[in-house]
Amino acid sequence: MGYFLLRRTISFIVTLFVVSAVVFAVMNILPGDPALTILGLDATDDALAALREELALNDPVITRYGQWVWGALRGDFGVSHSFRVPVSELVVERLPLTISLAISGMVVTVILALVLGIGAAAHHRKAGDWGVMFLSQLGIAVPAFWLSILLVLLFAVKLRWLPPGGFPGWSEPLGAIRALILPTVALALVQAAVLARVTRSSALEVMRLDYIRTARAMGFSRQRVLWRHVLPNALIPIVTIVGLQFAALVTGTIVIENVFYLPGLGRLIFQSIANRDLPSVQALVMLFAAIVVTANFIVDLLYLAIDPRLKARS
Amino acid sequence: MTRLPVNLMIGAVLVGLVVATAALSLVWTPYDHTLLNIRDKFAPASPVHWLGTDQLGRDVFSQLMAAARNSVAVALTAVFIGGSIGVSLGLLASAIGGLVEDIVMRLADISFAFPALLFAIMLAAVFGPSLTVAVVAIAFINIPVFARVARASANQIWTREYVFAARAAGMGRFAITRDHVLPNIAAPVIVQATIEFAIAILAEAALSYLGLGAQPPAPSWGRMLSEAQTLMYLAPQLAIYPGLCIVVAVLGFSLLGDGLRDVTDPRLVRER
Repeated sequence: MGYFLLRRTISFIVTLFVVSAVVFAVMNILPGDPALTILGLDATDDALAALREELALNDPVITRYGQWVWGALRGDFGVSHSFRVPVSELVVERLPLTISLAISGMVVTVILALVLGIGAAAHHRKAGDWGVMFLSQLGIAVPAFWLSILLVLLFAVKLRWLPPGGFPGWSEPLGAIRALILPTVALALVQAAVLARVTRSSALEVMRLDYIRTARAMGFSRQRVLWRHVLPNALIPIVTIVGLQFAALVTGTIVIENVFYLPGLGRLIFQSIANRDLPSVQALVMLFAAIVVTANFIVDLLYLAIDPRLKARS
Repeated sequence: MTRLPVNLMIGAVLVGLVVATAALSLVWTPYDHTLLNIRDKFAPASPVHWLGTDQLGRDVFSQLMAAARNSVAVALTAVFIGGSIGVSLGLLASAIGGLVEDIVMRLADISFAFPALLFAIMLAAVFGPSLTVAVVAIAFINIPVFARVARASANQIWTREYVFAARAAGMGRFAITRDHVLPNIAAPVIVQATIEFAIAILAEAALSYLGLGAQPPAPSWGRMLSEAQTLMYLAPQLAIYPGLCIVVAVLGFSLLGDGLRDVTDPRLVRER
């Protein structure tokens, strides 16, 4: 087990470094002259020289990469070119919204998927099962941003129950929660469609096993067997997908924040693109990629906790 | 002859519909999809404009048809480029093995840290948003997917007796890869390509919706939706049709992919 943990941790750190190198290379080597990319073709020579000085572009690439990584490790992502404040400040301001959205999306996803997936497995080959399968097939094909638009059309434009977008800030807790309902649902429904399928097929496989029949024969109720015996043993594929989905959810927030005009990291990335603010884009892409890599790492650690066989083997 | 799976048939019909529409739009649309006619803006559905017109009086049905062409072209290009590079890398990894295989597969693992959206964001920041950015980003995420599928399938082929026989007869690794491995991994690769097609259509729509893909006046379902979103109180119907088209196309390719997998690899057909 210790060996597995060590190997996985080393590979996690190496992955982060390679990812940072790719991000740095795309943002700094591909454009040729980042100063020209930021200021545009009609920039004066003086302005270009000043910006090159500011971004330390005259240093060798390796030095710049080293400084960037060293800074990032200490939470210093450089200064945003458009906002004129440290990128870390911008991130800290907007992170709570993005994290709230991702976590509430994940919670709703898991609850919906477990209830629907286990329910479908329990009603295998009956109307309920077909219904869930149909919905999940459809859910996989529906883009989250279109689902968002449909939700806004129904709940904001037609019924006027919820706001169509925007965010009043955390100082208005009720308004903040109301503003997050539609984005959360839009984010969760699509992911729940995928997870419900996995839950269903994983549960069906476990339900075929002998000890489930034994448990039923011993007189335990259907519900008890489903939630106490089937679900825990069906969890491994579910956890794998949840881990991958958390990554998808976090990048999904980029889309959803732009649909609902929520001032989170996803919106910040697009403002930075529009402003040609390369330092901010670089930092934010790295941040999102790091979240994805970390989510995968945590999934691997969860395996150890869930699957005693893996513990025994390693 | 066994009966074809239902998902295969429904998928084939939907895909046929989308591809036929895309092909037809090359030679015929009811109107020029870029034709402006401000006097006729927001016209309702009628025999003249089957699905009405948008805020600039452009015929919605013609735009949807032209956008189908854009969607299929982007998906085809991106999946072809990503698939070719990915399959080549997977075959190379499998044929050489050892360190090369390790490096290729580790790189594939690492590239999963970049969803298409993040990659497109980086490229758009550097080069400015364009359809090319979308194609490159979608192609890029396809590389590791195909590399894994090709390597896993190829590794199985390398253990077959006819490959041992070919090696004993003195055939080189690359000749064996070309003559024996590649033809035998075609089925799983084609199945994967069909599924990736669905993902590519979804990705193109999302990138164009966000403004990172097709730029005006290029027709795109995603871009039509982003324009329609600003007009939701005026003309909610404009936000419905492009989304339906995306769903039909994505559903078609994913059902077709599932169906093809069921047919080509019966071992995978679980109790449904």
